[in-house]
Amino acid sequence: MKFIETLINGLSMGSTYAMISLGYTMVYGIAKMLNFAHGDIIMVGGYTIFITMSLSGNPILGLLAAVIFCVALGVTIEKIAYKPLRGASPLAVLITAIGVSYLLQSTAQIIFGSAPKMVNIANLGNVKFAGLNIPLYTLITLGCSMVIMIVLSLFVKYTKTGRAMIAVSEDKGAAQLMGINVNGIIMITFAIGSALAAFAGLFMLMKSPSLTNTLGAMPGIKAFTAAVIGGIGSIPGAMVGGLLIGVVEAVSLTIPVIAPYTDAIEFLILIVILLVRPTGILGKKRREKV
Amino acid sequence: MALLEVKDLSVYYGVIQALKGISFEVNEGEIVTLIGANGAGKTTTMQSVIGLIPSRSGSVIYDGHDITKTPCHKIVHLGMSQVPEGRRVFQELTVYENLVMGAYTKKRDAAFKEDIEKIYTRFPRLAERKNQIAGTLSGGEQQMLAMGRALMSKPKLLMLDEPSMGLSPLLVDKVFEIIKDINRDGTTILLVEQNAGKSLAISDRAYVLETGSIVLSGTGDELAASDEVKKAYLGG
Repeated sequence: MKFIETLINGLSMGSTYAMISLGYTMVYGIAKMLNFAHGDIIMVGGYTIFITMSLSGNPILGLLAAVIFCVALGVTIEKIAYKPLRGASPLAVLITAIGVSYLLQSTAQIIFGSAPKMVNIANLGNVKFAGLNIPLYTLITLGCSMVIMIVLSLFVKYTKTGRAMIAVSEDKGAAQLMGINVNGIIMITFAIGSALAAFAGLFMLMKSPSLTNTLGAMPGIKAFTAAVIGGIGSIPGAMVGGLLIGVVEAVSLTIPVIAPYTDAIEFLILIVILLVRPTGILGKKRREKV
Repeated sequence: MALLEVKDLSVYYGVIQALKGISFEVNEGEIVTLIGANGAGKTTTMQSVIGLIPSRSGSVIYDGHDITKTPCHKIVHLGMSQVPEGRRVFQELTVYENLVMGAYTKKRDAAFKEDIEKIYTRFPRLAERKNQIAGTLSGGEQQMLAMGRALMSKPKLLMLDEPSMGLSPLLVDKVFEIIKDINRDGTTILLVEQNAGKSLAISDRAYVLETGSIVLSGTGDELAASDEVKKAYLGG
């Protein structure tokens, strides 16, 4: 029973990671850049929820405001910071992304201070059935994430915009020749990634109400790890990688001897998987184009 | 009437001038070929005309629109389509999905179904392999797919960049036959080729490109008969 509880908790944590991973992997796949400021969008979402909740007390309204604000912010960052660097060296883009990350964290610190804010989303309590005792928020997180991931997968597979995303990720030039507006597709990708980050912000605050300006830093790095483990650029890969990291983390935290080394274990898994499969679990080997 | 009119087009890669102010035109219904050696600027011309790479000076007028500064995806919406060098089919998509991508500018209605059937009739091999992943097709099949994909947008002007490259002699003949067919059905063609003999034979007019400049022009037959072309491009 205890193990099943741990597993569900792990899948719930993992689905939060997957939400974040998807942002990394889609932006990487389509804009071919590592958006290291992605984790900080979660933090901005967190503060948006904090403000909305202190005004209205309604978590749904908080989520809505966070989604809208994060999408606007993500798209603006792309337009101002990354778009002018299209065609520049990947290193320049990477450094810019790190700069944006610090900018977001510092701005939040100036506005909200360094002391943690407490955001009590709602007292949801626990669910008891079949001998299991599970906090309701884990089930909400798991359920919402699964629905979002299914919708996203269907969107990419069956809509015109989704197909255009696949085309752009494979060959930007050929995609343009099909009449696809590549800049528009990149903007939509940033919007989707930022919306998912807002959801992740809510899930994290449901789990632990303490909000600081580095809320997104560590989960961001772990979700990036998850994206690489799953195969960066691959949407199912980000989901699998996120869930894997979450379960490993949950299991590791229940074993007292290794619990303090949980983070190290997760990065060790990354190293082992990259040694065995350099492209990640679901990453494809791309044929080099001449 | 000129469907495509290129005037004094200059393109730079950094400080290197790849096109030194070239001018040419393609009239409605024609097959026009640019021939030239490797590095003469043929692909640069094709990519610059369709807006994939920016030009520094000069103008491109297409179907009455000044498209000199227009981004590629908008030019495609105006009815220009290109089969790029090296085919560049979407390797991870199926044959059918590649054709659907080709119709990105169109609605997926009854006409779309008709268009895709037309492509399958023109390229029976694509119909046989419609559910196969494009990356697993042979070079010839990928060329057919790239042509089919470019035709899905029902272009007025179809540009083909080295369609015969890397194909067996038998397939090369087939590709040129198909190009002639497409033209006969009313599509204007701008062709870039290293295979000067075969391309001049099907061309109404042609231009010879040498290190970024047009050095000769004339009808396909005139150029095929010219001593300079014979010496430089026809091996004798």
